[in-house]
Amino acid sequence: MFRTIAIRIVLGLLTLFAVSVLIFVSTEILPGDVASAVLGQGATPETLAVFRAELGLDRPAYTRYFEWFFKAIQGDFGVAMTNKRVIIETLEPRFLNTMFLAGYAALIAVPLSVGLGIVAAINEGKAVDKVANVLSLMTISVPEFFIAYILILFLAVQYDIFPSLSTVFADMSFTERLYVAALPAATLTMLVMAHMLRMTRTSVLSIMSQPYIEMAFLKGLSRSHVILRHALPNAAAPIISVVALNLAYLIVGVVVIEVVFVYPGVGQYMVDGVSKRDLPVVQACGLIFAGAFVGLNTIADVLAILVNPRLRNPR
Amino acid sequence: MTDTILKLDNLRVESLSGLVIVDNVSLELKRGEVLGLIGESGAGKSTIGLASMVYARAGCRITGGRVEIDGDSIRDLSADDRRKMRGQRIAYIAQSAAASFNPAHRLIDQVCEMPIEHGLMTAAEAKAWALELFRALDLPNPDTFGERYPHQVSGGQLQRAMAAMAMSCKPDILVLDEPTTALDVTTQIEVLALLKKLIRDYNMAALYITHDLAVVAQVADRIMVLRHGKMVELGATEQILLHPNQEYTAALVADRKASDKIAVEAPPEQAMPLLSVSSATGVYGTFKAVNNVTITVSRSETVAVVGESGSGKSSLARLIVGLLPRTAGDVKLNGKSLLSTLKGRDREDLRQIQLIYQQPDVALNPRQTIGEIIGRPVAFYFNRSPEEVKTRVAELLRQVGLPEDYAGRLSTALSGGQKQRVCIARALAAEPQIIICDEPTSALDQLVADDILKLLKRLQDDLGVGYLFITHDLGIVRRIAHRTAVMLRGEIIAQGPTAQIFSPPFHPYTENLLASVPEMRTDWLDEVLAKRSGAAA
Repeated sequence: MFRTIAIRIVLGLLTLFAVSVLIFVSTEILPGDVASAVLGQGATPETLAVFRAELGLDRPAYTRYFEWFFKAIQGDFGVAMTNKRVIIETLEPRFLNTMFLAGYAALIAVPLSVGLGIVAAINEGKAVDKVANVLSLMTISVPEFFIAYILILFLAVQYDIFPSLSTVFADMSFTERLYVAALPAATLTMLVMAHMLRMTRTSVLSIMSQPYIEMAFLKGLSRSHVILRHALPNAAAPIISVVALNLAYLIVGVVVIEVVFVYPGVGQYMVDGVSKRDLPVVQACGLIFAGAFVGLNTIADVLAILVNPRLRNPR
Repeated sequence: MTDTILKLDNLRVESLSGLVIVDNVSLELKRGEVLGLIGESGAGKSTIGLASMVYARAGCRITGGRVEIDGDSIRDLSADDRRKMRGQRIAYIAQSAAASFNPAHRLIDQVCEMPIEHGLMTAAEAKAWALELFRALDLPNPDTFGERYPHQVSGGQLQRAMAAMAMSCKPDILVLDEPTTALDVTTQIEVLALLKKLIRDYNMAALYITHDLAVVAQVADRIMVLRHGKMVELGATEQILLHPNQEYTAALVADRKASDKIAVEAPPEQAMPLLSVSSATGVYGTFKAVNNVTITVSRSETVAVVGESGSGKSSLARLIVGLLPRTAGDVKLNGKSLLSTLKGRDREDLRQIQLIYQQPDVALNPRQTIGEIIGRPVAFYFNRSPEEVKTRVAELLRQVGLPEDYAGRLSTALSGGQKQRVCIARALAAEPQIIICDEPTSALDQLVADDILKLLKRLQDDLGVGYLFITHDLGIVRRIAHRTAVMLRGEIIAQGPTAQIFSPPFHPYTENLLASVPEMRTDWLDEVLAKRSGAAA
């Protein structure tokens, strides 16, 4: 079993390495570079060349890649080209903000959707099941900014319960942060719930047709006991992986939400970086997102191995 | 307290589409009595077993009749009370223990769950009782046995653990649904003996559901024969076996007895066998699934390969066709050595060896018509035009005894026996010299299986095809095999004309195998057990 887990982790690291190459290559082949972005249309080829040499952009790509990569894994993403600030210093608080928002949304979304999924499975075909299905489908069928604006319209403008802007500052208290970030967290929750709810429901129901579930019913156990004790442990692996996928989405998919609510997270920083052609910033944000995504999925894979009794207890 | 513990009165079960699955069946079971329910698949045996717990599978419902346990009418109880009655007063033992145990929990937890959940025992009491049952059922290391997970114990042990689970609430009635069918014969005899002892020691009433008359004869006091959801005959076990009143029962009994004698003589050894496997070895990882096997099949000859599950029979088939690469030895067809792997064999080599599988249900593509399934090898191997393929398909369907208009149907509309005929037609379409039959009848009912065997025999007489016939059923071997090879742990331990293999002097393993096949008399099990304990003492 430890072998299997070790292989998973190594595969995760390899994926991350491959992604870092992809990130670097794709930012390389973008038309234009930071030099032309900073100097603008009027720059002469000579001034561009001088500026490029100054930024080190004239060296071959692979040298720059390895230099970047080895510094990056030590947490040094270099200096932003546009404003000369050390990237990690800007990135760190923003990353923590993003993690805070994602964690906030996850704490609501995961128990809610897995719980509702189980409730829907227990009451398959009944009203609860149908309502949960329809509502979750509705939230996933409309674009995220639309949900965001609807929430702002009702909860911020009309009833003024929550603020419409979610700008957080370093000196805010925890409860203040919770309050301010309520709307983006709610939007994210609605976005990821449908997927997790439906997957939980389907996984539990597919286990329900197994002979050992019939046996559990024939043992005279109640339906809720059968589902919680007999179906759920066996449905855990697919549920874990869909939860991980959605957690990853909470971290990397928040770009639009952060922009709508003016929330100072990594997504906003990345959008900023892209529009200014600030390659080191884009690369840093990309790598952070990739790390979160691959990391969470690797954790899910390892957990899925751990919950499998056959792998946990070999013959 | 009345003497009758379970009473079914005009029980009726229908599918949601209105098909009648159990048609007005009535029965009475007394305390300490075992009633055998026997019939082919679709006879409604399992449905009756489940209905006596007032449980209907998805798609079915109980539409009429009374179910009484110890005088209480169970169908009139509330859903909650019915649930509490399950397991507590009437418990179920299923065919496949491997599928009926939850893979996520330890055995002891699953065995103790019922009395704890029903509020009958504390955890400690339940565990003590479970350990006592493990001991009574002869499980190895009973004190620690329960700590294991289902995938960590053997099939026979798991089946016994399920019996312990059913007994955990000390119910009045046991419903045993083919409890030994999935087991090898040598394991079946152990489990059967223990179940019989359990039923006797705890004075249980039991419904024993099976398709095998010889098995039920060992445990049942009375037998009810069912067909198409209706009762055919009900009588004492001796009477059913010796003097069946109904024609259908007589056919079942006669068919079961036919497998007791050897039907075919071995043909003279031919100079040049069609297929010859010499000293072949095939491995999965480090496990030698096929170990140094030598076997030949000649024209018009049926060679049976028998052995228990895991003995390497199917692996041998895979090795011959090249799905399992051989690591040593040789496989020759008409004297020409075949490549070790399937990939790279030319079309002619592929054509000459065809396979028929155990489960016709999954061996046919449910989205293709019968015509497409059978026509494909015709077009593939012989480059025929669509018209010619059509004619050939019609001819093949006739050959296997199916109407020609089946060509336009989907296989899903066919019965198991008809599907297997389609599989045979598909194999014949390639006009092979050798057909490897991998347990082609074990998923079929007795009488249907009988027809398939007759068809295979007729085709051999007409076409001269050689069969390598893989089976665990010694009865079939006696009826159709010219020569027999016995496999154990990947090796062939005995080989020769069937009559010779089945008469002394035996290889000890063959003898054990033969002695474990239930015979059609009520005292067989006791006799075998007495002989064994005598030998041990």
